Amino acid sequence: MTMQTTSHLLSFSIWVPVLAGLLVLATGGDRNAAMARAIALGGALCGFFVTIPLYTGFNLQTVGMQFVELTPWIAHFNVNYHLGVDGISVLFILLNSFITVLVVIAGWTVIESRVAQYFASFLFLSGIMNGVFAALDGVLFYVFFEATLIPMFIIIGVWGGPNRVYAALKFFLYTLLGSLLMLVALIYLYNKSGGSFAILDWHKLPLALPAQKLLFFAFLFAFSVKVPMWPVHTWLPDAHVEAPTGGSVVLAAIMLKLGAYGFIRFSLPILPDASRELAWFMIALSLVAVVYIGLVALVQADMKKLIAYSSISHMGFVTLGFFIFNAYGVEGALVQMISHGFISAAMFLCVGVMYDRMHSRQIADYGGVVNTMPKFAAFFMLFAMANCGLPATSGFVGEFMVIMGAMKANFWIAFAAATTLIFGAAYTLWMVKRVIFGAVANDHVARLTDLNGREFTVLAALAAAVLMMGIYPLPFTEVMHASVNDLLRHVALPKL
Amino acid sequence: MIGALAWIDKMIAMKTLYLVVPLAPLAGAIVAGLFGRSIGRAGAHRVTILSVLISFLASCVIFADVMTGNVYNGSVYTWITSGETRLEIGFLIDRLTTIMMVVVTFVSLMVHVYTIGYMAEDPGYQRFFSYISLFTFSMLMLVMANNFLQLFFGWEAVGLVSYLLIGFWYTRPTAIYANMKAFLVNRVGDFGFILGIGLVLAHFGTLDYATVFSQAPAVSGRTVELFSGSPWLLMTVICVCLFIGAMGKSAQFPLHVWLPDSMEGPTPISALIHAATMVTAGIFMVARMSPLFELSQTALSVVLVIGAITGLAMSVVAITQFDIKRVVAYSTLSQLGYMTMALGASAYSVAIFHLMTHAFFKAVLFLGAGSVIIALHHEQDMRRMGGLRKYLPITYWTMLVGALANAGFPPFAGFFSKDTIIEALHASHTPGAGFAYLAALAGVFFAGLYSLRLLFMTFHGEERMDAHTKEHLHEPPWVVTLPLVLLAIPSVVAGWTIGTLVYGDYFGAAIQVLPAHGAMQELKEGFHGVWAMMLHGMSALPFWLALAGACTAWYLYIARPDLPKVVAGKFGILYAIVERKYGFDELYSWLFAAGARVAGNGLWKYGDQRLIDGLAVNGSARVVGWLSGIARLFQTGHVYQYAFTMIIGVFVLLTLWFAQP
Repeated sequence: MTMQTTSHLLSFSIWVPVLAGLLVLATGGDRNAAMARAIALGGALCGFFVTIPLYTGFNLQTVGMQFVELTPWIAHFNVNYHLGVDGISVLFILLNSFITVLVVIAGWTVIESRVAQYFASFLFLSGIMNGVFAALDGVLFYVFFEATLIPMFIIIGVWGGPNRVYAALKFFLYTLLGSLLMLVALIYLYNKSGGSFAILDWHKLPLALPAQKLLFFAFLFAFSVKVPMWPVHTWLPDAHVEAPTGGSVVLAAIMLKLGAYGFIRFSLPILPDASRELAWFMIALSLVAVVYIGLVALVQADMKKLIAYSSISHMGFVTLGFFIFNAYGVEGALVQMISHGFISAAMFLCVGVMYDRMHSRQIADYGGVVNTMPKFAAFFMLFAMANCGLPATSGFVGEFMVIMGAMKANFWIAFAAATTLIFGAAYTLWMVKRVIFGAVANDHVARLTDLNGREFTVLAALAAAVLMMGIYPLPFTEVMHASVNDLLRHVALPKL
Repeated sequence: MIGALAWIDKMIAMKTLYLVVPLAPLAGAIVAGLFGRSIGRAGAHRVTILSVLISFLASCVIFADVMTGNVYNGSVYTWITSGETRLEIGFLIDRLTTIMMVVVTFVSLMVHVYTIGYMAEDPGYQRFFSYISLFTFSMLMLVMANNFLQLFFGWEAVGLVSYLLIGFWYTRPTAIYANMKAFLVNRVGDFGFILGIGLVLAHFGTLDYATVFSQAPAVSGRTVELFSGSPWLLMTVICVCLFIGAMGKSAQFPLHVWLPDSMEGPTPISALIHAATMVTAGIFMVARMSPLFELSQTALSVVLVIGAITGLAMSVVAITQFDIKRVVAYSTLSQLGYMTMALGASAYSVAIFHLMTHAFFKAVLFLGAGSVIIALHHEQDMRRMGGLRKYLPITYWTMLVGALANAGFPPFAGFFSKDTIIEALHASHTPGAGFAYLAALAGVFFAGLYSLRLLFMTFHGEERMDAHTKEHLHEPPWVVTLPLVLLAIPSVVAGWTIGTLVYGDYFGAAIQVLPAHGAMQELKEGFHGVWAMMLHGMSALPFWLALAGACTAWYLYIARPDLPKVVAGKFGILYAIVERKYGFDELYSWLFAAGARVAGNGLWKYGDQRLIDGLAVNGSARVVGWLSGIARLFQTGHVYQYAFTMIIGVFVLLTLWFAQP
């Protein structure tokens, strides 16, 4: 195990955005909005730049944690400020920091009230979520995991739509209640391991099957709400509909990944026997998500709801990939998480672009947008195709790998999973047909103006990411190999 | 030593050329697509035509090189690695590939030139050129693939471009309905296709063609139990899944419904995509997979039967249609059925041969139809045409060639390929071949009928267009007629290469046929050159059936033009069924499109809103509310009530305490 204790890159990736957020807050009221925006952008960019060495300096050979930092925090309970990344977590820190930059740019002029607070919330959130992905201490993880709720609660509750308070509360309570059981599980593991909160120690901890199962369900409650898995998904469409564009972007692109990440950091390695025993259950829930949610997405009249349901369906592929226990499945799931980060961000930004002009998310209010916004339509088409999993876009890679992995496990799992080829295309393209194509539907559409430079930049960056990952995914997957293979070996061994 | 160096030098040069073939059109598409406004209309067509020309010439050089016996199989870059496997992007350049490359780039080049004239007044000129070049790139990636992954890449990419081009005129409601329908029906095929690919990866551990094909005989006896208790041959499951993909892309029954609607797209792409190249991708794929399909008799039978149904049923529909493009579209469906039948009879080389001849003569028919359509100011109904022969002579003569080739008359190209398919079906012993043989024979009659009906209704007889249209009738410019002529030539002469391509063992190891499926071997022994085949053909049944069809067309549409209505009336309900294309569109839109919406609404309203949100989420919130409501009863804020409760509590506790033994 390589220990590069000299590096503080992970701390920087957490605290640079947080500090930048504090600076932004310090600019005060909306009179200094311009300064707030500038500092926010600078902070987000710095936050992104400090994460780049995590990729370039990443050692592909080792299975151990890298860029490790370890300092006692609450010594009495053996709680440590313990950070580190492996091939599973490192890419999410980059993704998160990248998306934060885009969110800041996207919110540039759209947000006019409480500008500093808006940008500060996103910067705090970015740092906190990097903390979740980097934490190697159970308590640290829990603190970061729960802390993400606060900025998001504020983002939805302050800058959200008309029904924002209901949505924010539903989001907050749903996810908070879910994670309380996780706290119980963490304390149990602390006692069982003789007073350690180190997640890596828990990986090696022998546990009886009944205990493993109970712990599994405790974690399941916390993580499945966050993913969200069917049937605890109903908070997500409401949250998305009410959240401002930036909130939806971060929610879909990063926050949903926290739950999935939890499965692969906690459930699988700590509870391998329970995971194998209950795999059928997880696979069933995942497949329900793919099929049931695919059908529900088809009939949505609100674009954000449609994309929210599409997110749930795509996240079904992630949990499916994890619980078929082969390299294609797990790596495909991780690829799907990153790809969904790009695509869902892009889709929500596209809806945001239209919403800013029309103040409607209803599909019925649109039609023939291509006539007045050709550049936008080209981007929207690209992201829609990525959402359908068309090859040469990132959306294909994860779906393809998970279907391949599922086929290794069982023909009928692959069969059910592959229906996404049809459902995904159906709900996405039907929306495209009604929104983008056709003759100009009404005066509002006729008055639309095409993308401005700022919107173009954001969408172009995501388009480049989507295409790059689709055409040449190797740089993404090779980072994961060592850690995923180690995880799979670990999960295959009983630890009763 | 020097020889070796020269050889290495040549290999590097050839490898560069392999890359040039697909990348040139891609570059053209990107330039025309992204910088279309700055380079202008002429700039867009120049850059794309130049790029496709380069691609065509490079394909010819590669074709010549492969004719000398060279085969290339190598990777370009690694796409991903996962577990023990590595998925790559790479090329397999053998004789099957090169013939496809030459056909694709040639037809594409012709269509590019033709588009200058056809789309001259369209505001989306640059976009159109960008799309068709992108299509050429995708199709080339598909045929040049050396593995299933890249095949699927190309497969989906041509589907995407087809979607974009069918919906090219995006303000037309019918066009944007048709393109969505095309994409979704194709996705049903792809669903099967990806399962087939998954099975290959799961059982062979690789997606590389060469490795899979070499290992296939060893696993030919392996069975899988999809339903417990009934073991199926693995090869059958794989091949049927892959063939479902081919059914989508090559529009085979019952996934054929998208192709007629795809005629909503501009005519040049109907010729390029929906006749000559993309729809034949399924045929190419099955031929490429011949080492797998040969191992499953059941799969071959499925292929035969599906092809037979498509070949006959669609040729019948063609005689009831009046839209000139739809007639050609149904004719395409029927011809694709013939190719599929050939595949099922293990006559892969003939299937590819028919694919090639069909690419030429069907492109002529479509482009000719397009020429008529622009001459008549976008009139597509044949009931408002007639007598155009003297106004559009070049179009007439080239379409005559196309129609005769389509009907299968010697010496036109279609005769050689179609006749050989029918012979192969006759000679085949694969179950279903007898049925397919009869269907193919019957189809020949209808092909003669609809081909000549199209010609007679359009170019002969009474002039049924209005006076205004007639005044402006003239042959379209040379950019339209030149491609027609250049495609009409191979529509005649391409058939004469049958001695080399089909009977000369041209394909070599690219296509594998088991000795048990020896239909082609049998035919080879009876082949004595092109002339002998023509002479023999004129005394054989298919020729007379085609002639009968042609004569019927003449009688109905030239001699007694009043008769077709009477005949249609006589057949009444039968005619109505055929004219409505057997009702598949209605069935599918009721069963799948409406059905999925009903299911989705049901799940959403009852599952999400009532059950999960209503009962579980808000229900538990209500339970909490109810409990706290009860708890609130105790918190009245009146001190005397608290004191009273407390005293009662103390009494209860004391009682319990004293009562214990």
